[in-house]
Amino acid sequence: MSSKNINITVKVWRQQDAKSKGIFESYPLSNISTDSSFLEMMDVLNEKLVTENQEPIAFDHDCREGICGMCSLFINGHAHGPDSLVTTCQLHMRKFNDGQTITIEPWRSGGFPVIKDLMVDRSAFDKIMQAGGFVSVNTGGVPDANAIPIAQADAEEAMDAAACIGCGACVATCKNSSAMLFVSAKVSQLALLPQGKIEAARRAKNMVAKMDELGFGNCSNTGACEVECPKGISLAHIARLNREFLCAKVKE
Amino acid sequence: MSNFLTTSIGKKFLMSLSGFFLISFLSVHLTANLFLLAGSDAFNEASHFMGTNPIIQIMQPVLALGFILHIFYASFLTLQNRKARPESYAKVDQKNSSKWESRNMYILGAVVLTFLVIHLINFFWKIKFTGSDLLKEVDVKGVEMENAYSLVTSLFMSGTLGFIYSGIYILGAVALGLHVNHGFWAAFQTLGLSNNIWRKRLEVLGSIFALIIASGFSIIPLYFLIF
Amino acid sequence: MTKLNSKIPEGQIHEKWANYKAHQNLVNPSNKRKIDIIIVGTGLAGASAAASLAEMGFKVKNFCYQDSPRRAHSIAAQGGINAAKNYQNDGDSIYRLFYDTIKGGDYRAREANVYRLAEVSNDIIDQSVAQGVPFAREYGGLLDNRSFGGAQVSRTFYARGQTGQQLLLGAYSALSRQIGLGNIEMYPRVEMMDVVVVDGRARGIVTRNLVTGKIESHFAHAVVLATGGYVNVYYLSTNAMGSNSSAAWKAHKKGAYFANPAYVQIHPTAIPVHGEFQSKLTLMSESLRNDGRIWVPKKKEDAEAIRQGTKKPNDIPDEDRDFYLERRYPAFGNLVPRDVASRAAKERTDHGFGIENNPTKEGVYLDFKYAIDRLGKGVIEARYGNLFQMYEKIVDQDPYQTPMKIFPALHYAMGGLWVDYELQSTIPGLFVAGEANFSDHGANRLGASALMQGLADGYFVLPYTIQNYLADQIGVARMKPSERPEFKEAEEAVKAHINKLMSVKGTESVDSIHRRLGLVMWNKVGMGRTEAGLKEAITEIKALRKEFWANVRIPGSADAMNVELEKANRLADFLELGELMAIDALHRNESCGGHLREEYQTPEGEALRDDNNFMYVGAWEYKGENTQPDLHKEELKYEAIEVKSRNYKTA
Repeated sequence: MSSKNINITVKVWRQQDAKSKGIFESYPLSNISTDSSFLEMMDVLNEKLVTENQEPIAFDHDCREGICGMCSLFINGHAHGPDSLVTTCQLHMRKFNDGQTITIEPWRSGGFPVIKDLMVDRSAFDKIMQAGGFVSVNTGGVPDANAIPIAQADAEEAMDAAACIGCGACVATCKNSSAMLFVSAKVSQLALLPQGKIEAARRAKNMVAKMDELGFGNCSNTGACEVECPKGISLAHIARLNREFLCAKVKE
Repeated sequence: MSNFLTTSIGKKFLMSLSGFFLISFLSVHLTANLFLLAGSDAFNEASHFMGTNPIIQIMQPVLALGFILHIFYASFLTLQNRKARPESYAKVDQKNSSKWESRNMYILGAVVLTFLVIHLINFFWKIKFTGSDLLKEVDVKGVEMENAYSLVTSLFMSGTLGFIYSGIYILGAVALGLHVNHGFWAAFQTLGLSNNIWRKRLEVLGSIFALIIASGFSIIPLYFLIF
Repeated sequence: MTKLNSKIPEGQIHEKWANYKAHQNLVNPSNKRKIDIIIVGTGLAGASAAASLAEMGFKVKNFCYQDSPRRAHSIAAQGGINAAKNYQNDGDSIYRLFYDTIKGGDYRAREANVYRLAEVSNDIIDQSVAQGVPFAREYGGLLDNRSFGGAQVSRTFYARGQTGQQLLLGAYSALSRQIGLGNIEMYPRVEMMDVVVVDGRARGIVTRNLVTGKIESHFAHAVVLATGGYVNVYYLSTNAMGSNSSAAWKAHKKGAYFANPAYVQIHPTAIPVHGEFQSKLTLMSESLRNDGRIWVPKKKEDAEAIRQGTKKPNDIPDEDRDFYLERRYPAFGNLVPRDVASRAAKERTDHGFGIENNPTKEGVYLDFKYAIDRLGKGVIEARYGNLFQMYEKIVDQDPYQTPMKIFPALHYAMGGLWVDYELQSTIPGLFVAGEANFSDHGANRLGASALMQGLADGYFVLPYTIQNYLADQIGVARMKPSERPEFKEAEEAVKAHINKLMSVKGTESVDSIHRRLGLVMWNKVGMGRTEAGLKEAITEIKALRKEFWANVRIPGSADAMNVELEKANRLADFLELGELMAIDALHRNESCGGHLREEYQTPEGEALRDDNNFMYVGAWEYKGENTQPDLHKEELKYEAIEVKSRNYKTA
């Protein structure tokens, strides 16, 4: 809890737009408080760029409390940087040393094309959800909430999966750019609950088909996604997705 | 089951099944090989059994098919995985997030394949097709059979070349062990036969199996090199 | 002065909504296909409304500035959602939820709306469960509840500390389903720039594509704003960085009245301010007050020693700790409503008992030692583990070992665009849902009621009331924006506004001006307000606005992605809204809920309402730049409830 100030060099990927070629630019920064968050450090850098009449670095961020899933950034070789169970907005500068060079890259995946600088297009995730990440109920006409008892352990495990924030760190981290952890989190959550079980087979097939179509790679079970996931979503959900998918295909 | 094999999980399903098949082959193969340590008669008997048993004979082309499937789908998936990240990172640090072998399965597979080719030329090719003076038939408990023992031992005991071959075989065994260390658990995971409890068990089991494979196949050249 | 028609239906309070639904006009299925509805925002209100209307057969266009509808800031709500299910058999009922909400809002909310809210609260829980929202459950498989501020029953449903996330993802899943079916056209990374009014009715919006910079128009038979609240006017708040008031403000300038802008909620438990470049404040859920005890040292020298770092909180013995909420409000203790808890914290720190070493010495302790002693660490970890982890990552202190440091922070806007019972603004065809409207929380919102209101509006209120409007619009053919002068004019005005911003070419960054606006707002239109302070604020905001337009610097171009331009657009509106907030606070010569005028307090420091003169909704009409807005009053009538002064001291 001892706050101090450090000097760092930030090496950032700059890319004008989706079509342009990008390059790394280095920016020295002095007197950064170790109590400030990583994105506050980026704010300071951007403020400096604006005063120098340069374009600030574009990066996605919104809630800044680790829940909206909008922030990204591949920092020194890690999705969401070198701390566990945090998003970039929760990463603090106390994780870095005086004199360090910090390399910041956008998520890299064919499924997530760069929009500008560090900002990428993650609409592929929305498309996968539109393919089946729901229970097909309309508003109204549903049974009383307590009419369907759910075992506490199942509700908890479903909640573990439902904690996914859709940030894309799993894809960014995976050496294959696989989206299996993301897809499995939703398939697993809904397969665990009686409400979702009814169309579990259809959901697994449709979501996997959409995932494949959008050019994500294949899971090779390295487990890196689980470790870098800011919400610690477990590989066990991928096993459940495999199970659901295989059973669904067998029944066809 | 329409288009099952065109889906990512379908392709991995085949990887997993062929992997299991190859794992069972390895177990049989290692068991037979370990007879080498029990002397020439024991090994020649085991080898004769393997060479004449009808089930093993039928399984041989199936085994070849297993290899081909495993290699073909591995190549296909790896190619797809490469395409999924058109621009690579300047800096990646995964030493704490995944095991080295899990990230290098294709390279390990290629090492094992290279070894396999050498291995086939050394033994299988000679026994099946070209023959060798070393294989001159011997009598074991009244049965005439090829002297496979002499073919194997001479490879590891022929001076400098024996050293080199021993090195290649140990390298092959270690690569295979690493490959299996990830592949064993991963095959269960891909079939959906894992959860948070079983994952730990399967990983330990896989590591034990990998250790047995790597050390079991390494002991043979080492034994003949040293004794 | 035009009379505001709140269109409250006839009948007893519990019959009003049923009567309304029984007699309202509907649109038949074949006509629904011919009707377009624009919904701006994808939070709880926006996503649930878009999904529900699309399910009915309307053609919906849904917009959000984020990269995905799932990012809307409803996702950050932690603690829970209220409903009058009475699953705990502790005496809850629709009436009691209604009563608590009116009382919590300090008798400044519209009775009929609040009763309807309490009525549909149970349907929300049913709906969410059907969608697969994994609420916490007991071992028997039934739903669990926790208690929240301002209530003496346990009626709050929760999904760990991520209830907002789970409810939003439920609504998002319904939304996604309709997008997949082709019933909703989704426009992410698109920001609304203006409302288009044709012949006195809202008929569409002008937007800016945040990736390409392109200005476009969209037509609809009705427009719904579900664009959230405006407390980012304070710069530092618990809102998301992008949360803004622009949609509401643009609608206000086009004729929608803005109601009670001075009513903002200051949440008592956020992590205190710690640095000059701090970008936002992080909330620690109100649910923590179930098990945490709030205190400051009894002795000033102890507080001083803690600030200097010579004493640690655990060095202070129990008898030297002032559990000021338990002391002042024995009946509710640490679970008093938010406004009361916030004011009490300010009262202590104003007197020099604050514990945080920041320039304003603002901070108090939230201590879990007692709960850990009583229940064990495991229980506390199961209840609040993720919040404790979040706290530790930010502050670098372990809350299991040392008390949490907390202080009030700007959190929610009770004020918003004025709407009638149908959620329709003073512009016909423009509806406002969720936090963006003013209707249900009066002068103070109770915890776990924002999620309830957002989803009530979106799932169960708007889908009915909007039909009553649309029923006589079925003959209106779809308009092509390119062929209508009203759309063209609006587009040109937006382009001119952007050009004006880009051509200032000054020297100050948007954020530096925003930070200064925030300070004025926090110091003078914040927790304690005075006539003199508010007058100064108005002058200072005016000056800052002038400075902004003379000296803001926006690098880059308007025809491409330009984050600084986005921020400048939003700040331009905050600089006008901030002044209206001060004007409203200045005119309201009383204290109520989140609005505390220091001149109007009881001798014990409690808020002093003036029901004779101020029991009304203050709805402001825009009269042009630098012109004093007109005030319209909607008198509040309480028929089903007896108006009292709030008392959390005794049951």
